[in-house]
Amino acid sequence: MTWQGLVLEAKSLACERGGRLIFKDLNFNITCGEAVELRGPNGAGKSSLLRLLAGLNQPAAGALAFMGASAQLNEAAHYMGHHEAVKPALTVRQNLDFWSRFLGNEGKAELGPFRLEQLAEDEARLLSEGQRRRLALSRLVSVLRPVWLLDEPTVGLDQAALVDLRREMEAHIASGGMIIAATHAELGLKASRVIEITRAA
Amino acid sequence: MWPALNALLWRDVALARKQGGGLGAALSFILAVVVLVPLSVGPDLNLLARLAAGLMWLALLLAVLLTADRIFQQDLEDGTLELMTMAPVPFELVALVKAIAHWLTVSLPLALIAPPLALMLNLDIASLPVLWLAMVAGSLALSLLAALGGAVTAGLRRGGLLISILILPLYVPVLVFGVSATTMMGPQSALPSLLILLAITLVCLVISPLACAAALRAYLR
Repeated sequence: MTWQGLVLEAKSLACERGGRLIFKDLNFNITCGEAVELRGPNGAGKSSLLRLLAGLNQPAAGALAFMGASAQLNEAAHYMGHHEAVKPALTVRQNLDFWSRFLGNEGKAELGPFRLEQLAEDEARLLSEGQRRRLALSRLVSVLRPVWLLDEPTVGLDQAALVDLRREMEAHIASGGMIIAATHAELGLKASRVIEITRAA
Repeated sequence: MWPALNALLWRDVALARKQGGGLGAALSFILAVVVLVPLSVGPDLNLLARLAAGLMWLALLLAVLLTADRIFQQDLEDGTLELMTMAPVPFELVALVKAIAHWLTVSLPLALIAPPLALMLNLDIASLPVLWLAMVAGSLALSLLAALGGAVTAGLRRGGLLISILILPLYVPVLVFGVSATTMMGPQSALPSLLILLAITLVCLVISPLACAAALRAYLR
């Protein structure tokens, strides 16, 4: 599946948390097949921007437009926050099955890309931090959505999983998707743009 | 949309079965009431028979309340609810389906088990079917209201006390008409109370999901 003609545009976006202005006058324009790394010091508002894009927060000012798609941005995007949304009592396969059925009608649990087949029947409470992270990342490839919003996707991953993640991200971009990732580490993508976020004074 | 809600319902039922949805605790609470009440009010069989239906309703109400904090709290803490706002499903229906899962795993089994236990309190066996009907009719309302309490207190530590303060007043109509259905003699006169119980359930069915979704959205912000 490929996507075409999608544009995500932000105009003088501002974000407020608990009455304090975090950033303001943020402008960007992201098109199909583009990867964007959000950079900035702790507390600059990288996570807040991702939550805003995911529809979990409302912008304090400015406008956000998602053009060229039939669905709303929050239904066309994957959000990977700090929580994995993994149920410890269910097996790895049941966890992923649930999310692929819940998030998209034709979603199919893909355990392969992040090498979880060996663990498929284990209860998720037995997983390590990095394995839980890989389970969460498997949602991205199980349900096809054009926009990936990733908050520190590399945390807790080993070298092999980093290679997997890079491969899946490249494949996603090649098929016309967008990636917006907040990160301190290098993602190591072939082509990516950096948006600097600075804290509002 | 329907496959997604179906998946959610069965996930919640499976979770309740695997990690304990509180049915065990709630059931032990009802059993404790049945065992302790004859000891505390004395072995007067006539008195017990008069109290039986009311006491069982009270036990059912409080037992359901015990499990209310489990409905949304874990899903809020582990980020599940955040992702659920991003599905092509109205968030209100997510709340409704979770309340229905709570009904299937906690309230309905309790409503089915409690009336036979009332026989141990010398409940007149002729009024057993009416008590059964009334409890099943009212139990969905109990779950919907418990979900409301669970949603309002989902982000609070030790929200249990707050849930009881918030929800007990809302349980009063269910209690009043539930008891009046069973204390009236004969099925003829129980009918109006049963219908009112069903009406209460229908009102809860509409209002509770809206209120749950609004409360949870406030926590997600």
